[in-house]
Formats: sequence, structure tokens, C-alpha cells
Amino acid sequence: MSDLRKINIDGTEFEMPGEYTVMQACEEAGAEIPRFCYHERLSIAGNCRMCLVEWVGAPKPQASCALQVKDMRPNRDGTPANIRTDSETVKKAREGVMEFLLINHPLDCPICDQGGECDLQDQAMAYGRDSSRFEENKRAVDDKFMGPLVNTVMTRCIQCTRCVRFITEVAGVQEIGLASRGEDAEITTYLEQSLTSELSGNVIDLCPVGALTSKPYAFNARPWELDSVESVDVMDAIGANIRIDSRTGRVLRILPVINEDINEEWISDKTRFVWDGLSRQRLDQPYIRKNGKLVPAGWDEALALVAEKLSGDPEKIAAIAGDLCDAESMKALKDLMDGLGVKSLDCRQDGAKIDASNREGYLFNTTIAGLEDADAILLVGTNPRLEAPLVNTRIRKTWVAGGLNIGMIGEAVDLTYDYDHIGTSPEDIAAFTKSTKGFARKFKSAKNPIIIIGSGAMARKDGAKILRACGELAQKFGIGQSGWNILHGAASRVAGLDMGFVPGENGRDLDGIIDGAASGEIETVYLLGADEIATPKLEKAFVIYQGSHGDNGAHVADVILPGAAYTEKDGLYTNMEGRVQMGFAAVSPKGEGKPDWAIIRALSGHMNRELPYDNLEQLREKLLADNPVFEGIDYIAETAADTMFEPAKLGESGKVLKAAFQSPIEDFYMTNPIARASKVMAECSEVVSDTKLREAAE
Amino acid sequence: MVQLLEDKDRIFTNLYGLQDWRLEAAKKRGAWLGTKEMIEQGHDWVVNQTKASGLRGRGGAGFPTGLKWSFMPKEVGKRPHYLVVNADESEPGTCKDREMMRHDPHLLIEGCLVASFAMRAHAAYIYLRGEYILERHRLQAAIDEAYAAGLVGKNACGSGWDFDVYVHHGAGAYICGEETALLESLEGKKGQPRLKPPFPANAGLYGCPTTVNNVESIAVVPTILRRGAEWFTSFGRDNNKGTKVFSISGHVNKPCNVEEALSIPMKTLIDEYAGGVRGGWDNLKCVIPGGSSVPLLPKEICDTVLMDFDALREHQSGLGTAAVIVMDKSTDVVKAIARLAYFYKHESCGQCTPCREGTGWMWRVMERMVRGEAETSEIDMLLNVTKQVEGHTICALGDAAAWPIQGLIRHFRHEIEDRIDNYRAGKPVFVPQNFVEAAE
Repeated sequence: MSDLRKINIDGTEFEMPGEYTVMQACEEAGAEIPRFCYHERLSIAGNCRMCLVEWVGAPKPQASCALQVKDMRPNRDGTPANIRTDSETVKKAREGVMEFLLINHPLDCPICDQGGECDLQDQAMAYGRDSSRFEENKRAVDDKFMGPLVNTVMTRCIQCTRCVRFITEVAGVQEIGLASRGEDAEITTYLEQSLTSELSGNVIDLCPVGALTSKPYAFNARPWELDSVESVDVMDAIGANIRIDSRTGRVLRILPVINEDINEEWISDKTRFVWDGLSRQRLDQPYIRKNGKLVPAGWDEALALVAEKLSGDPEKIAAIAGDLCDAESMKALKDLMDGLGVKSLDCRQDGAKIDASNREGYLFNTTIAGLEDADAILLVGTNPRLEAPLVNTRIRKTWVAGGLNIGMIGEAVDLTYDYDHIGTSPEDIAAFTKSTKGFARKFKSAKNPIIIIGSGAMARKDGAKILRACGELAQKFGIGQSGWNILHGAASRVAGLDMGFVPGENGRDLDGIIDGAASGEIETVYLLGADEIATPKLEKAFVIYQGSHGDNGAHVADVILPGAAYTEKDGLYTNMEGRVQMGFAAVSPKGEGKPDWAIIRALSGHMNRELPYDNLEQLREKLLADNPVFEGIDYIAETAADTMFEPAKLGESGKVLKAAFQSPIEDFYMTNPIARASKVMAECSEVVSDTKLREAAE
Repeated sequence: MVQLLEDKDRIFTNLYGLQDWRLEAAKKRGAWLGTKEMIEQGHDWVVNQTKASGLRGRGGAGFPTGLKWSFMPKEVGKRPHYLVVNADESEPGTCKDREMMRHDPHLLIEGCLVASFAMRAHAAYIYLRGEYILERHRLQAAIDEAYAAGLVGKNACGSGWDFDVYVHHGAGAYICGEETALLESLEGKKGQPRLKPPFPANAGLYGCPTTVNNVESIAVVPTILRRGAEWFTSFGRDNNKGTKVFSISGHVNKPCNVEEALSIPMKTLIDEYAGGVRGGWDNLKCVIPGGSSVPLLPKEICDTVLMDFDALREHQSGLGTAAVIVMDKSTDVVKAIARLAYFYKHESCGQCTPCREGTGWMWRVMERMVRGEAETSEIDMLLNVTKQVEGHTICALGDAAAWPIQGLIRHFRHEIEDRIDNYRAGKPVFVPQNFVEAAE
């Protein structure tokens, strides 16, 4: 910031960094500049012409978004260049552009979903003329099909090309473009094919008018009718910040909230559109299986039955926590199980052989924002595009900025950036460690090399050995804690590991529990929202399912305790970086459903083993007292110093298998019970499989 | 009586294709003479001579060519330098570059070498208009000849300067004649103008320092260097030096291209070379002096105006490409300008708002005015809309669309008003003037 230049804005002299655009400088000086095409996170197009300002002495007004302060020549007499944002010229220029934008824009605000949150409406009010001089017929444009998520009314389009730039630059796929020219220019997908990007919903937020709106939300509500709550997403482990909009107890849409450290301004389509799953397949009252059939029951009856089953031999009881659990409910269940002497607990429902004893060993230590400083990334057994789309977006952002080399050991999939494909099997990890050529040379000479290991890579028999192999690789290339990253797929995982929701001494892990249930050694299994496990193998056991949706777990359950979905409860979530975030309830649980921690607390009462907390505050105090890492909300708790971290000691030594890595996510849109209940997600899933089929046919 | 340009002072001595275009014949006409010696004088000499000659860009804007070259970095850094020749000649009324490339291609190729050398470029791209098929074949054949003769390629002309020249064929979009849209198109992208700054001299073709010049600007340089800057400055008024190829079309007896000195009176130009206006000078209604983009001039101005940058500018028009479009009194000038408005509406790239929306609006209002179906107050509104487009766009197409209409309203407002009145009175809206005379 040493390159300060003097510039005169609206009569006051300022010193501004030379690399600032005039728009930034004006904003800094307190002068508001209207704009449509300009967006902080996209390249500069300069095409809407709404941001014109007057450069005193220049023959014509200048687009302030595209002009840099350092390009401003001082006046002839040596005084700093004068910029006016309040002159008659500027007022006329804005009115002119506004008029041009409106002459072909339909007057359908009353039936437009953007109404009330429309840039064009707002700016027309602030900068437009009061009446129209346009006597001709307005242009009409055919609507384009863009898939199940994005609704188009292309007559409203003002050709700002934000959507084109987002899809090309950020999402990294060339699926939207501006076809034709002049007044016939139209935004369209290629041959009106469906968008396939997992980030496509963001174009809805970016669209400054009502051309691209949300299809599932269409005609549902007006923005001023909605109650908004800021919360945390649980669709993946990054903990994207979201705003949940609801009306009369129903979630109607989910929007991103800016958090530069996590999701910037984007969210994935799963995060955005999963909400219709919140009102389908819901468990809204307790059930008990009688004569092979689940029949509705009262809370007392259900809890009494569960209490009875849990009072048996603790050796024969197990508990598994699923992917969407909040920290409090896991803590309550763990405390209950600990009290009973149950050792067979596991929060790793994918069976990943993650070493829970070493916190820095299972975190995404580089942090998501920290990816931007990396100059070499090695991906092992992960498809970040599916497992954490916004991590992938960060990697792409860094790659686009230049100077980043990426290597990949795993499936050769399209990640929207180029990488050196080193191998597909775990054996290639050791081979790479020995290698000095190709990507290994770049990796060795990198200043900030980092390794990202998919948690799915460890969800196999040789998982612990793969972890060790990666640790040895890290040791060899001098990667410390700050470059060691495990990419988790589940929102609950890190909190579960942090609080020790893992097998105690001689306890069984996930595989042990499932095998034990199949063989009869485990008689009672408590599933806390755990659905993505081999549920058919649990049929012999007495299964208690606590959760929000009737999915795999509920199908085999003998007792169902209806819990709350993530939009219906306050809760703490620790994301893959180890960052603790607090989610808030936007609506109340369905029917007789209750916040999950409260169910377990009630259960403990039925067992006469009351847990030592009567409300969420006390529970959190206990959680904090037992696990200080939950202390700083929104911050990443400090871990041991870099030098203490020895990656080569993680996991266990031994020979890895030949079998190639496979992504744990087969279908991005179907990864959890809420998504599987969502009609919109089902449509997206169909589009993607159709696209794959079509591409295969070509 | 104005002294006309003598044949010995013409640069394009085969403009009419009366002689062979091939290398042998071109050499006899003086092309490729002393090219090596010019290069041996050094980069700066070429630039300074071009500056001294007062040559102004022949593509329309009239920016001093030598000055433009001097904007290129003085040293070649990591990025190579490029010369791009704008042969996307699409301005209605203009057909000068076409004749040069057909009949005198070697002057252009030699100019490419010398100009590239001046700006330390080893490669030149000639971006050719999509419709110019014959010219592409001809130009390519001439380039092949030059390569075979060692005039371009490695160690061009034995000067020690390596130089390659490529012909790129456009797809026929007017906007690709705008220099930055041309660069986009040359890079294989959609032809849409770029934001400036950065200017091409900083970041042009593939982000490298680039100069874009018109065919004529490049093709005249070798002759200027051969004959000396003083020779070139002996023609025309101050600040408007040299010779220029004019394309004269429309209601003249013999439409033609002709090379003449700048600052020649328009009347002389039309009378001496184009066989005069159809029906005599007094039958003249108006002239568009520099290609469709510049405002027209009525007969009163045409009587005396000189054909150069500054004189035409004083009359709120411009020299543009020096394509003189002559209209006699039978012309429906409102309809003519409406047709131009349609052209600009059709050719707008659609990137930025004022041009995308404004060109269509202006055209539609013009069409109504042709029929007289408008309010008198709409004339002022139309003028206001043109002002709202002019100067508010990324490139100059917005200006080009606005100016013809501004010229029409400035000089023929009464005709539009008459039409509106006639339409209201149920009379024919337009009766060509010479028919009226015939009836009497």
C-alpha cells in the first residue's frame, strides 16, 4: 500500500492506493456509486455504464469500475485529478443509462420474484427519471431452460454478464454465455442444456434483476414477509455461513452470508436448495416397532422402552453419531453412554481410520482461506469438488491467480483446474515420496506445499496405513502442521473427534459395531442421526434411531425418537478447520420432535441417571469444561506448536492395498437424509446422471 | 484553380489495377527499394521520420501514427511486440484498403516490415474483413512471393531483422474493425471491444504490447521514408499533411477511389475525379464526407469546405475514412440516415448498455420519422437520446451511431418537421425535389 496517489473526489482531496479503482476510491471517500455489472469477486466488465463519473477535463464520463487511481493523470497545473460524482454530467449520465436499461425491461415487478430485493428497482428509484419517453414496443426474449434450480425470465435481463463471469471464472465451467449481438444479445446455456455446476445457484444471488431467480422458491414469498436467521450449514464440513429465511414455521429459502474465511459469498447448490427436504419424510412423533411394524407411540412409552434396553450389559450396547449432529447432542449422548459404561462409540460413520488422539492430525490445518497462500497442493484420495465444493473453489481461485501447482493421487476427475495426475492407488503415495521428478520436484521446491487427504481415502480397510503413508510423505517433503489437511465430508465429524466420540478402551469402532450387531454380540445400537451405514446388518440388534428424517436408520429402527433438523435447533458445529460456529434455530421442530440434546436429557431422567444439565447453556458449559477447544466461537482453537507435530507417527505402518481410491460421494445431491428427502435434489441428481450418460454417448 | 496532385507524387501508383500486382511489377513501381537501408537507420529513425511526416492515422480517428508507435515500450521485455494491421474495412462507403490490397499488396507488406521494425515487433498480423475473399488470396500470394524472395521471413531483406507476417480472415462483423474488438477476435474470442486503459500499446494481442494501424497508414510509410518526410509534408495544410486515398460514391457520374493531397476542396475532388454530381453541382443535397459514421454536410458547406481533418471538424463533421458519400436532391435523406441507424443497430455488439439499447431505439424513432408518424417534440427527444449514447459507451460505435442522426437534425430538421406535418395533413410525406421541378 505504499503507492499512494492524491485524488480529488467531489472537492475533497484524498490519498488513495494506486491500484484502487476509482469506484473503490469513491466508496472510500463516502460517495456511493451505483452499479450493475461490477461485482467484487468477478472480473471487471465495465458494460452496464451505470458507474460513470466525471473526470473534470476529460471529454467524456468515465466508467469508475474499470479505471484505476494510478491511471489518473494529474491536472495540467499539477493538482490531483478531479473526480465528480455529484455533478450534473454524472446525474445525466446515470439517468441516461437507467433509461436505456428500463426501455426494454418489462414492467412486471408485481409478478417478479426479485421484487423488493432488486437492484434495478432500487437504483431506478435513486437515480432514474420519473417517466418514460420510450414509445416503441418493448423487446421480448424467449426464456431459457437452465435446469431445475434456476428459473429464467430473460426479457428482464440487462446483459450485465455477472452470471457468465461467475460460471466461467468461479465455478470454472463454461456453461453460460452471451449469444448474438446488439439488442438481440441473449444470455443462454449452450443449446439450453441444464447447468451442471454444483455452484450454479449463486447466479441467482448475482443477478441484479429478476432474470435468474430460484425455481424452487418461485412465487413462494416476498422478501419482506420472511423471518431471517443467520446460521451454519451442515451439508458438508466447511460450515458455510447461511441465512435461513422462513415464513409461518416453514423454511422457504437459504442464502449465503459473507464469511471471507469460509465460503466468501458463495454456497453450494446442496446448501441452497436442500430446504424442501426439510418438510418431507419427517419423523414427527415417536414410534415403536410392534409385530414388525412401526406404530406411533407417546414420548414416555418410547423413552421408557429405550431406557430399559440401555440398562443391559454395556458391552452389548453401542452408539453411532451421524453426519449432521450438533456438538451438544453428541456430548449428551457421550455423557450418557460414559455413565452407562458403554465403550463402543463412534462418530466416524463412514469408517474412516482417523487418528482421534492427535487433533492437528485430523484438522484442515491450512484453513480454507489459507489455501490462497499455497503454491503446491497434493490431493490424495479426494474429490474436493464433491466433498467440499467451496474448498475446491478456493483452490481454483488460487490456481487462476497463478503460481499454484496441483498434483493428484486418486480418481482423475474434472476439478475445474489442471493438475498433474500422479496415480490412482494408495501405493502411489509411497512411490511419490521417493520420486524426485515431475510434480515431486515442484512439490519439493514449493515454499508453501500442502497436502489434502480426503477422509474418504481412509474409509477403507487399509485406511490407517494410508494415513501413515501420507504422514511419511509429509515428513519427507517437510510439510508441517500448517500444510497438513484432512478434508472431511461431514459437518459433525470434527466436533465428534474433538470430544472423543470414539471407541473407549476395548470398545468397538464402526466396523466392530456393525459386525457385532450382525453376529449378535451387540444387542442394542443407538443411532444418533446415523443413516449412511450398512443398516441392513443391524436388523438382529435392537436399534434406537434418533433423528429428523425417515431414512435408512429409521427403516431398521425398533424405536424412533423424533429429533430436530439443523434449521430447527440451536447448536455448535466445528468445521473441518476446527472452527467452532454457532447455529441458530429458524423454525421449531416438526410435530412432537424435540432438540436432540433435550431428548437424551429426558432419556437420562427415565434411566434415573440425570445428566448434569437442564438447559443448553449448562450443557455448553460442561462441553467447554471437558473440551476447551469449543471455547472460541468463530475462531480456530490453537493447537500444539508446529514443531510438535509428527505426521509420520499418525496411523499405523503396513502395506497398503492396490485398489484404487474412490470418492466417498457417488451422488453429490444425495449425501444425507435431508437431501435424499428433497425433490429438488432428486431432480439435480437426475440432471447430472443424464449429463453423464449423454457425455458417455458422445 | 487548385493544383491537382501529379502522378509522380502518388504513392499508390497501381490503385486502379492497370498494371500487374506481382512482385516484379511492384518493384518496378518502386516497392521494396532501399528497404534494407531504411532498417539500417534504426528503430528511432523510422519513428521520427514518420512523426516528422505528420502522417495521421488513415482509419478514421486521425491519430498521429508516429506518436502512436512511440507509445510502444522502448525495450522488448518478456512479452513480444506485435503489429496488427486493421484491414477490416467495413465502414459504409469506404473501399480504399480493398484496392490497395488488390493492386498494391507489396506496399502494405513492405510497410508491415518497416513499421514492425520501428516498434521492435517480429510479427505482424493483418486482420482482413470476412467479405474480402479475393483480397485474402491476393495478399497471401504476395506474401508468399515476398517470403520466396527473402523480403520477409528470417533476415528480412538482408537487414538482419526476423519478421513474419500473417493474414487472418475475420468473419464479417463491423465491430471487429474497432481495434480492441479486433484483437479479441484475433485471439479467437467474441469480437467485443475491451475497456481502455490498458491501451494496446501496454496490453494488446495476447496481453503483449501491440499497435493497431489501418492498412493505408502502414502502406504509405515505406514511400514516405524513401522520398523523405519533407516531401510528404509538402501536401496539405498544417496538421493535415500528406496524400490520402478518397473513396467517392453515391450520386456522382463516375464513382472512384483517388489519391489526392489532403485539404483539397471537396468540390474540386468531386468535380475533377468523380465526374461531378449527377445533374450538376446545384443538384447536390448533401455529402457525408468520411464514411457513414460522420455527420453529413449540406450543400452550402460543401461548396467551400476543404477535405481534411481540421476543416471538416470545424463544420462538426470529420474526415473519418475519407469516404465521400454524395447525395443529390432526389435523395430521401431522412430515410438514408434511418438506413444508417439500422446498420448501427445491427452491428452493435450488445456489450454495453447505451449502445445496445440506444441504437435500436434511435433506429425505431427514425423509421417513424421517415413515415412522418411522430411528434415534432420527438425530434428533440431523439437528439437527446443520441447525446445520451454519445460518449457513454466502451467503444466509438456508440458515437458513430449517434453522429449521423445529429447531423441530420442539425441540417435537415425542417425536412423531418415537414414530414410530420404532411402526415398529419394526409399528404404524401416525401416528394423528391427534382420530380417537383419536372412537374412544373
